[in-house]
Amino acid sequence: MSLAKPNSFRSGPDERGHFGIFGGRFVAETLMPLILDLEQAYADAKADPAFQAEMNGYLKHYVGRPSPLYFAERLTEHLGGAKIYFKREELNHTGSHKVNNVLGQIMVARRMGKKRIIAETGAGQHGVATATLCARFGLECFVYMGAVDVERQQANVIRMEMLGAKVIPVQSGSRTLKDAMNDALRDWVTNVHNTFYCIGTVAGPHPYPMMVRDFQSVIGIETRAQMQEAEGRLPDSLVACIGGGSNAMGLFHPFLDDPGIEIFGVEAAGHGLTQLHAASIAGGRPGVLHGNRTYLLMDDDGQIQDAHSISAGLDYPGIGPEHSWLHETGRVTYLSATDDEALAAFQLLSRLEGIIPALEPAHAIARVMDLAPKRPRDHLMVVNLSGRGDKDIPQVADILRVKKK
Amino acid sequence: MTTRIDARFAELKKQGRSAFITFLMAGDPDPATSLEIIKALPKAGADIIEIGMPFTDPMADGPAIQAAGLRALKAGMTLKKTLAMVRGFRKGDDATPLVLMGYYNPIYIYGVDKFLVDAKSAGVDGLIIVDLPPEEDTELCLPALQAGLNFIRLATPTTDDKRLPAVLANTSGFVYYVSITGITGSASADSGAVGEAVARIKRHTKLPVCVGFGIRTPDAARAIAENADGAVVGTALVDALRASLDAENRATAKTVDAVADLVSSLAQGVRGAKQAAE
Repeated sequence: MSLAKPNSFRSGPDERGHFGIFGGRFVAETLMPLILDLEQAYADAKADPAFQAEMNGYLKHYVGRPSPLYFAERLTEHLGGAKIYFKREELNHTGSHKVNNVLGQIMVARRMGKKRIIAETGAGQHGVATATLCARFGLECFVYMGAVDVERQQANVIRMEMLGAKVIPVQSGSRTLKDAMNDALRDWVTNVHNTFYCIGTVAGPHPYPMMVRDFQSVIGIETRAQMQEAEGRLPDSLVACIGGGSNAMGLFHPFLDDPGIEIFGVEAAGHGLTQLHAASIAGGRPGVLHGNRTYLLMDDDGQIQDAHSISAGLDYPGIGPEHSWLHETGRVTYLSATDDEALAAFQLLSRLEGIIPALEPAHAIARVMDLAPKRPRDHLMVVNLSGRGDKDIPQVADILRVKKK
Repeated sequence: MTTRIDARFAELKKQGRSAFITFLMAGDPDPATSLEIIKALPKAGADIIEIGMPFTDPMADGPAIQAAGLRALKAGMTLKKTLAMVRGFRKGDDATPLVLMGYYNPIYIYGVDKFLVDAKSAGVDGLIIVDLPPEEDTELCLPALQAGLNFIRLATPTTDDKRLPAVLANTSGFVYYVSITGITGSASADSGAVGEAVARIKRHTKLPVCVGFGIRTPDAARAIAENADGAVVGTALVDALRASLDAENRATAKTVDAVADLVSSLAQGVRGAKQAAE
């Protein structure tokens, strides 16, 4: 498909929530009135300086922003090419970028007078962030989590429960993130009168992809200023992992109209692209699920296929609609990394930099390992270190133990 | 243009009664049994037949209909086979309206234009697509109307007077009032509140208003039918079907009758209703 280059890559979506053919509002009628209310409430909040000021206060004092932009000296030396910087989102309160978005949505929910919050979660990072802010603001919190993920991310389940949230294991379908989202939508349809659905990524019906992107854009906005300060100029390339794609969108969006900057999204290739994986752009095509049109993994009959990734946070058969559009317009290059490559990157980073990354950004690091050596030493590359690896330590330890045998 | 749905409601109006509408999943528990079941429905008292198009991720459906869809998919059901099933039904019945109900993605992947041509020629009369609100009318609703199919919209308790005109604008055949905020097969509908809601919708449209979600028994069907132009039963039929299956979810000798018998008693409930005042 060839598309005319837009004048700006940052002007979407249109008023109906479309990024090119992607996005939209494909939801049951029961939800539509609320989605229109949310769109209005978000527009009002965005225009209200008091909302921005309050959010900035919490971002600084509660989340701990700005997150550092750190020169990864030993990884740079090891790879022998581009100068690599990490945007340290793993240092945020709750351990990932997810909190940026949750803070914004919870503040919108408060403006709308909603007291009951629901969320879906894969790795549990979004669930933990939601549980945390619900505790902070005294809201009821229900987190839908695939039963498979409950099993492999036990630490986060315990954290959510300690924070007062109720974690609901989802037994339907493949029992992972996609099914958690189905059940969250079913809860929302049932309790629409008092419930706010806090979606964790740049997907779902309009205005979610736009709203989540806006809340995550703090990542890229800070990066611009921090790189100016560190190097006196903008970076040459950006790299981030992609499940739904919120950490990537948050880093990328403020740079989309800087034409010289190369941008790479890294999907989860699981066991490999010819086997079970979660790379929607590499292995899928446009379809409609969870409120939006986007690239999806599916069969010839339009039935959604189960995704697989070692990383629960990337284990989703779709991707945010704006990413689909950035792929088709060619502005962003989408690559992928397998389970094994992510594991290797996880270990390398732990030993070289003393940073144990989450398995999600380990996918981004895996591609940095071949992108960086091919670029000159004055090339500035920013990687979004979107989460820390504490939650993954038991799972990785098990896998490495089996591999040793 | 008059469709089988329009003709059926005109005929029921003459008889002075409401419609009984059944929902079952295409291909549940297997394509052959599923066809036998829908063939048995008109004689058992179904006035209009809704056929679910199986989808892996039915986000408005409760556990019973989710499981029905997965049984059908496991038995190899596809959208193409669902259309073949409609053709099979039409060989013996050219009067009973058939409505396909489901989610947009399988149709989008089949190709909207090709789907509309194939559905029309197979003998489909209308479509109910859960995840296509009026905001997305250009996707399928407008092309479907152009192709001569009814596009039946869902109205819900959250569809207020301000929004109703938008919901009704491109609706045809009938209006499907979802009696609860929730998924299929969960709460029970309160017939009093439903009556008020139907009256409210009727102030905005001349189309028949049928009610579904949460109707399980002949008495409930009768109560709803007294307040609406039709009552839709789905989950209760799907449950009866499932209860007739063997341990491996295969059809047994009882399966077709189990569904047909329940349809008969529900139909008697609807036929026992006093016709609502116009």
